[in-house]
Amino acid sequence: MGIMLREITKCYKIGEETVAALAGISLTIETGEFIAIMGPSGSGKSTMMNILGCLDRPSSGSYLLAEQEVATMNDDELAKTRNKRIGFVFQNFNLLSRVSAWENVALPLVYARVAEKERLKRAAAILDAVGLSARKQHMPNELSGGQRQRVAIARALINDPSIIMADEPTGNLDSRSSVDIMRIFGKLNEQGKTIILVTHEPDIAQYAKRVITVRDGLIISDEIKEQKAC
Amino acid sequence: MLKESIAIALRALLANKLRSILTMLGIIIGVGAVISMVSIGMGVRDKVQNSIASLGSNMLIVSPGAASSQGVRSASGSSITLSLEDAEYIKKMVQGIDYVAPAVSKQYQIIAGNQNWTTTVYGITPEYMAIKSLTVGSGSFVSQQDINSRNRVAVLGATVAENLFGEMNPTGQNIRINNTPYQIIGILDSKGQSTMGQDQDDIVLVPLTTAQERLLGITYLNSISIQVTKLEGMDQAQEEITSLLRQRHKISGTKEDDFTVRNLTSIMAMMTETTGTITLFLGCIGAISLLVGGIGIMNIMMVSVTERTREIGIRKALGATYRDIMLQFLIESVVIGVLGGIFGIALGVSAAFAISTFGSLNTVLSTISILVPFGVSVAVGLFFGIYPARKAALLDPIEALRYE
Repeated sequence: MGIMLREITKCYKIGEETVAALAGISLTIETGEFIAIMGPSGSGKSTMMNILGCLDRPSSGSYLLAEQEVATMNDDELAKTRNKRIGFVFQNFNLLSRVSAWENVALPLVYARVAEKERLKRAAAILDAVGLSARKQHMPNELSGGQRQRVAIARALINDPSIIMADEPTGNLDSRSSVDIMRIFGKLNEQGKTIILVTHEPDIAQYAKRVITVRDGLIISDEIKEQKAC
Repeated sequence: MLKESIAIALRALLANKLRSILTMLGIIIGVGAVISMVSIGMGVRDKVQNSIASLGSNMLIVSPGAASSQGVRSASGSSITLSLEDAEYIKKMVQGIDYVAPAVSKQYQIIAGNQNWTTTVYGITPEYMAIKSLTVGSGSFVSQQDINSRNRVAVLGATVAENLFGEMNPTGQNIRINNTPYQIIGILDSKGQSTMGQDQDDIVLVPLTTAQERLLGITYLNSISIQVTKLEGMDQAQEEITSLLRQRHKISGTKEDDFTVRNLTSIMAMMTETTGTITLFLGCIGAISLLVGGIGIMNIMMVSVTERTREIGIRKALGATYRDIMLQFLIESVVIGVLGGIFGIALGVSAAFAISTFGSLNTVLSTISILVPFGVSVAVGLFFGIYPARKAALLDPIEALRYE
């Protein structure tokens, strides 16, 4: 049920030139790991995140997710895979501004073809779990940054995915909220979720059990830590 | 999924109420214009058809041709070859006809007491009543007995009766035509104006034989009207009558007819065609505004897609497929079409009512003239929604999420 990348490359054509964002990455992630991907901007970590998150296909190589080849899937298959297996948490929250927290959380279930009653029931339960049961009916702009990110985490969890992808989840938060959010990720990891965190802040990477550093489209270090700072 | 997509579309429309209404307005005006314009066109057609039908339906009219003497041709109708025997012969020989009504006519001054009135006097037979769809209001119509005995009796049209006798019922009174007294035996019900603007009540009817022998001193006819049983039999009857009359008048080979057989159905067909063209023309004006409304939908949908690029990115990241996004935006534009269509029907129908109530035009609404514009407005919403919806559905989720 893990992730296996083999010789993944990703090339972009910019004008006449071809730029390799990923120059051949091989990586295995077991279920239940807590990984931080680090690297300066332009290192290819965003591209890596997009491919790991099934938002994009690699130019070459093989990506096995839960024993399924992702690299050759079409757009709709990718969409279904994202819906079923991956929960996203973004730096800028990416909540729909016109609908309540409750419906934002229930949104992935719309595309999983779950009936409305069941959707709202499950969304209420998850919001409860992230401590926002009192703010179900609030619109995103009526919530603080930390609360918004918790709504986003609830949304990422609703379809019970095995992997949570978090792209700079604390980038727009103050330090207190950041700690809160990172604690939630820690808890989720304890419950068995695979967490993949993309960040350039070493403080945040501290929470992960394994830190992968990317530079110029290649993995330059991959260290497993003994203890997480909590 | 359809239910979800409709809910999402309605919410998006409600979020931008003013914009949605303005977009819809194009469709509302378009549908309203088509419905009201077509109702005016159909009203005109109805009016024309009614007045042609009041001339008598399935009618053939035989009139004398132009007399010619040594190459000099007189006015049409001047030939004196059409006779009562021709009329009787047609009735006997031609199949599939109901009535044959021979007639003569001339203008006379009618005098009653100290009043006078100049009008056309027709010499007719009892069948004239059926063929012209006349009804007698009081008294009776010209009978066969009157024809046989050349009685000096007259039936007055409503206009004549009113001008000579005012409010009083003139049945039983006498009038003078050409200084000879005639007894009034009946008054016709009013038929109003004909399509050509003629007052159809401004007539005096006398027995054909009386008119021919006592009034005009002639033996020929001015016209023979023939009512054919079935519309399909018109051409056949027309041909038979033509060859019969040529035979009776001893016209052979390529010589010109000394009579003409006219077909009122062809006038009717022409009128229907003309009004049909008017209706089409009016409908087209409406359809153009519907098209403009459609372009308005497309315009707003394009703006909406651009504005919501990020939302599309979020939905795609969370698992929305090409079809999901396509459906969401298509339904949004179809909803504009449907709602616009419904309000457009309300506008069009009330405009049609207002025109017939306060204006001088007659309007006619039919199920088709309402449902077709509605269907077109939905189709317009669908058609003009396809391109923006496709554009939305094809967005790359990574690009869309990055969009500010």
